[in-house]
Amino acid sequence: MAIIPLERKPLSLAERTYLPAILSGLKTTFKRLLKPAETLEYPEQRPAIPPGYRGVPTLVRDPNGREKCVSCQLCEFVCPPKAIRITPGEIPADAPTAQVEKAPKAFDIDMLRCIYCGLCQEVCPEEAIFLQNQYSMSGYTRAEMVNHKDRLYELGGTLPDQHFKWDKKKAAAEHGNAH
Amino acid sequence: MATEFSFPDPAAKAATAEFETEKMSLSMGPSHPSTHGVLRLQLELDGEIVTKCDPVIGYLHRGDEKIAENMTYNQFVPYTDRLDYIAPLANNMAYAIAVERLAKLEVPARCQAIRLITAEMARLSSHLLGLGAFGIDTGAWTVFMYTFTEREKLYKLFEELTGARFTTSYSRIGGLQRDVPEGWTGRVDAFCDQFLPILEEILALLTRNKIFMDRTVGVGVITKEDAIAYGITGPNARGSGLGLDLRKDKPYSGYEQYEFDVPVGTTGDSYDRYLVRGEEMRQSVRIIKQAIAKFPGGPWFATEARKIFAPPKDKVLTSMEELIQNFMIVTEGPQMPAGEVYFEAENPKGVLGFYVVSKGGGVPWRLKIRSPSFCNLSILPKLCVGSLISDVVAILGSLDFVMGECDR
Ligand code: SF4
Ligand code: SF4
Repeated sequence: MAIIPLERKPLSLAERTYLPAILSGLKTTFKRLLKPAETLEYPEQRPAIPPGYRGVPTLVRDPNGREKCVSCQLCEFVCPPKAIRITPGEIPADAPTAQVEKAPKAFDIDMLRCIYCGLCQEVCPEEAIFLQNQYSMSGYTRAEMVNHKDRLYELGGTLPDQHFKWDKKKAAAEHGNAH
Repeated sequence: MATEFSFPDPAAKAATAEFETEKMSLSMGPSHPSTHGVLRLQLELDGEIVTKCDPVIGYLHRGDEKIAENMTYNQFVPYTDRLDYIAPLANNMAYAIAVERLAKLEVPARCQAIRLITAEMARLSSHLLGLGAFGIDTGAWTVFMYTFTEREKLYKLFEELTGARFTTSYSRIGGLQRDVPEGWTGRVDAFCDQFLPILEEILALLTRNKIFMDRTVGVGVITKEDAIAYGITGPNARGSGLGLDLRKDKPYSGYEQYEFDVPVGTTGDSYDRYLVRGEEMRQSVRIIKQAIAKFPGGPWFATEARKIFAPPKDKVLTSMEELIQNFMIVTEGPQMPAGEVYFEAENPKGVLGFYVVSKGGGVPWRLKIRSPSFCNLSILPKLCVGSLISDVVAILGSLDFVMGECDR
């Protein structure tokens, strides 16, 4: 808990000949030479991606294959660089998941705008959008860099669901005690 | 602003007077390897000697302060990453604390400790890059390789904690993005243990190396008075012998609980600034190890601040009340009282200040950023005049600035 002045001792006569620094430097580099390499031969070797990594944002389905997004547009609102564009659509009344009412008709994420901040995943009230493991994207045109709904689901796949919120709701409604 | 150059030695002036020489103007940067980003120096040279230096800044201006007025407090967190992008975690913390001070909100001990550990890791990361780049500027390439190897290990830890290596966006108003993963603190501790001997090895390459000393000792001397007059902060001010460190003087996020020393230089030259950074890394490791040794349990976000920090995800999915609350916090922003606050934190590059003016609600009315690199660079017109052009490179390296923050 103090302020410590940094002292500097004058160089000794030997040190002033440059030699000790050069020799000890060489010693360090040769020691390092024998150590295993710290670099990766990318792309043949790939780094290990830890869980919770913020890669390319994707849309996911629940284990029953239902698309989880209800197009509430909260992610579109929160996205700081405005990378997401959603066109909401209705789920037809005769569909098995009609109780969900809404699903996105179109869902585009412009990967040239996305900054991988993860806010969309954080605010989504349906756990429908996830930043997953993919980290390198490329394309020849600007249009190619926009991920449309199909591509987003393809990238996202299926993730486990803890709640099955809408299935529970449906069951409750059938028993006549919704809410 | 620039000081005119005058020969210190009248004999030297007389000797050159008989030659009819013209001054040359040289544009150094904006994409010059030693300007560390997009700084441009408009130099006027008399032979090898700099007679005038005009820094031209603003190439990286993105209007961050204006952007902040158009989004909620949490949406601005990713933008703070891009101030001093070498130490985003420290910026995240400073910003979050500034806004929390506005709401008079105290975050739990665990949240404070996590923020403090990440800020010190950011300091390590920043100083490692600073020293490495300084090494390159003065002709010691190896140092850069070794410091980058260590930074890579830090990046791995950041990645595991926040999900991103570089743009961490980790703080939220009233808490964090998420809690630390299982076993993470142990891995940070292990990193510190293996880092100390490597740090000594790296510093040994430079500290008593005559080549490095020839390039830095007595070069770019900032006197104590100048450091104060130009508002220089951080390691650059401490190199000039000013014992200023906000972690000691106005502790925040629990810095008062830990023991560490503040190193200060004696002459204020480039070499002193190097020495200060080296010692600060040792002290940062000391702080991290203490913080991990008594790492507190408990909640990692302000649980009672229900209008500021969004509810946990499983509650949002199962309860109507929390769902509505989530929507409110995201769309309206964390609810702040009207008022204004200025908070400054001791960032790796110096004092980073946020001045927030709120008229209530979830969006700042005005947000001013006081960035250390901007103030530290303001001394360049004075510092470079009279030095050799190769010394300008050493001076820039020793100041360790980052343009993302200077231009913001
Ligand atoms: S992904 Fe989530 S937040 Fe975005 S519209 Fe769909 S349900 Fe709403
Ligand atoms: S990760 Fe961030 S920038 Fe990218 S789509 Fe989601 S909210 Fe937008």
